Amino acid sequence: MKLLSNTAVLLRKEVHAEFRSHELLTTTSVFMLIVIVLFSFTFDPTSAESRQFGPGLLWLAFLFSASLMLQACFLRERTNDTLSALRLAVNDPFAIFLAKLCANTIFLLVAELVLLFVFAVFYNVSVFPVFPQLVLVFFLGSLGISTTGTALSAVSSQARMREVLLPLLLMPLLVPVLIPSTEATKALLETEPALRWDWLGILVAFDVVFLTALWLFGEYLLEE
Amino acid sequence: MRRNARAPSESCETWCEADAVSERIGRPAGLKFTKIEKRFGSLYALRRLDLEIAPGECVALTGRNGSGKTTLLRVASQLTRPTRGELTFPGLKAGEVPAIGYVSHAIMLYEELTAEENLQLFGRLLGIAEPEKRAAKLLEETSLTVRAKSLVRTFSRGMKQRLAIARALLQDPGLLLLDEPGTGLDTESTAWLTNTVHRLRDEGRTIVMCVHGESALSQLASRAARLDAGALIADTRTGATFQTVFAMGEA
Amino acid sequence: MAKTGVYTFLVCALMCGAAYAAFFRAPDEATMHLVQRIFYLHAPSGMTSLAAFLVSFIGSVTYILTRKPKWDWLAVSAAEVGLAFCTVVLITGPIWAKPAWGVWWAWDARLTSTLVLWMLYVAFLILRTMIEDSDRRALVSAFFGVFAFLDVPLVYGSIWWWRMQHPQPVVFTSTGLDPTMRKVFNLSWLSLTCLMALLIRQRYELESSREELRTIEQELEAN
Repeated sequence: MKLLSNTAVLLRKEVHAEFRSHELLTTTSVFMLIVIVLFSFTFDPTSAESRQFGPGLLWLAFLFSASLMLQACFLRERTNDTLSALRLAVNDPFAIFLAKLCANTIFLLVAELVLLFVFAVFYNVSVFPVFPQLVLVFFLGSLGISTTGTALSAVSSQARMREVLLPLLLMPLLVPVLIPSTEATKALLETEPALRWDWLGILVAFDVVFLTALWLFGEYLLEE
Repeated sequence: MRRNARAPSESCETWCEADAVSERIGRPAGLKFTKIEKRFGSLYALRRLDLEIAPGECVALTGRNGSGKTTLLRVASQLTRPTRGELTFPGLKAGEVPAIGYVSHAIMLYEELTAEENLQLFGRLLGIAEPEKRAAKLLEETSLTVRAKSLVRTFSRGMKQRLAIARALLQDPGLLLLDEPGTGLDTESTAWLTNTVHRLRDEGRTIVMCVHGESALSQLASRAARLDAGALIADTRTGATFQTVFAMGEA
Repeated sequence: MAKTGVYTFLVCALMCGAAYAAFFRAPDEATMHLVQRIFYLHAPSGMTSLAAFLVSFIGSVTYILTRKPKWDWLAVSAAEVGLAFCTVVLITGPIWAKPAWGVWWAWDARLTSTLVLWMLYVAFLILRTMIEDSDRRALVSAFFGVFAFLDVPLVYGSIWWWRMQHPQPVVFTSTGLDPTMRKVFNLSWLSLTCLMALLIRQRYELESSREELRTIEQELEAN
């Protein structure tokens, strides 16, 4: 199908470009680290309470970093007007969104997994036993963040004050991602880990709703 | 097939006959603008413009900055949706959309990729058979083979423009839209550009190029037209001479 | 004009009636007495704000599909009115909570969801101020309006489930209303809904006049 093949071509280009420059991954990972460290200064990280706060601050770090990383998404298509070149070349503009959101999900996931290990060291939490489940939770959460973030990147790139606008628009929208992701992560890091399908269900619902909305309405965002 | 992205509305009657892109056609196609209007907020970039370009014609469009030339070309390439009016492609059956090659002010290329990667990327997106071969051939035609594996970031303005034209030619388009292609080029590149456009014209493609004044490039055109404030004010087809069309700017 | 005047009068009458009923007709509630009466403003305001946001959503979707400016005017008018009612909920909530339960804010599901909704629609209005071109602004904010409204059930759902995991002592729902209370509630809800329609209508007219004025100004400038 043309849509899928176009998406694959564009996705390959996004990943290829990132592997060459490492810009996004490096800056995002380092920023996540900074946020986690700074958050840790606001309470006693060695206490039992840290287990309670840990997953929350991890996801907040992910959210803040994502809202910075996603700025570049459509902004970089404005230099040299490559967005027009893409619009001329693809049949279905949704391919552009799909490729970008897949790429962003991958980048976020990689950065998050790196930070997971840092977090495990800082907070003395054992993550290996539940690693696959954590990857699932991180993936579903990151998919939600990427879908909405990619769409809103296209929105904010057309407005003033876009650096502040994107987080302003994105954060309230992502409350239904923050809560389930944090709760599911917390449940997996308990002494008796459990995979909370109820929370994952909400994440899946969020992903489906916004992917569909983007599919239906995304092309209008790219119009001139 | 592209889903119908054109919203039905009173203010924009079926502006383009081709709602569904079934197959892009490489045959030369004409352009017919009927009462095309484009408004950006309160600014009218194009005012009820009527213009017809026959298949195979080579037209030079001129006008001051802000006269609507770029907008007209963007409407023709279907990047910009007109507020009102209709765009059709004479020479093609209803529903067919021509393969269009568009060169704009911006190079529309990824600077972080190599020349080869850029062409292959757009070739694959367009669904061209054997995109690597086509890319290599175009790089050869634009004398960029030696820099095929260099990042576009390292190219000079002339080389970037050559690559932009290569990108425009990927589909072997029957309709070429060139927006001030000679801007910022040195003499050597300008000569190359003139020769290339000459060749493309002789191959029978329809060419619409925006130029600022008379030059070797504009002399390739068989027709010239002038836009001012979004309206067509002079056209060699309706009696004006080439001289008048271009001289109007000097006044 | 006269029609609007009559309607405005009716709305005022309804609201006075509802206020009177809330204070003098509704029976006294066993534990909270006078303070409980704020419920007749708090709960219907919540429902009305959701109704207004729904109207805004319809405006946004229709604008995207038809591109007629009047739907954008409807979307922004309904969003602003919805936000106003949302603010009423967020103010009356703590006013009720403090005397009743001793805390200003207890992070209960409904109020917290309303807070997130409030932030979403404030973001919507801020987005609009950041885009000058009216057509671009209409299209882009319509898109965000669609996303915002689609988020509403997810916000309510996730926050409700979150509170279920960590039950709290404070509950705002007045379940099991006695029949008179229900009647007063319905009257209050009706009066607020009529007020919502009136406010949306007025704001819509204002937006339409503004656009007309702007078009005239700019055509004059162009000529």
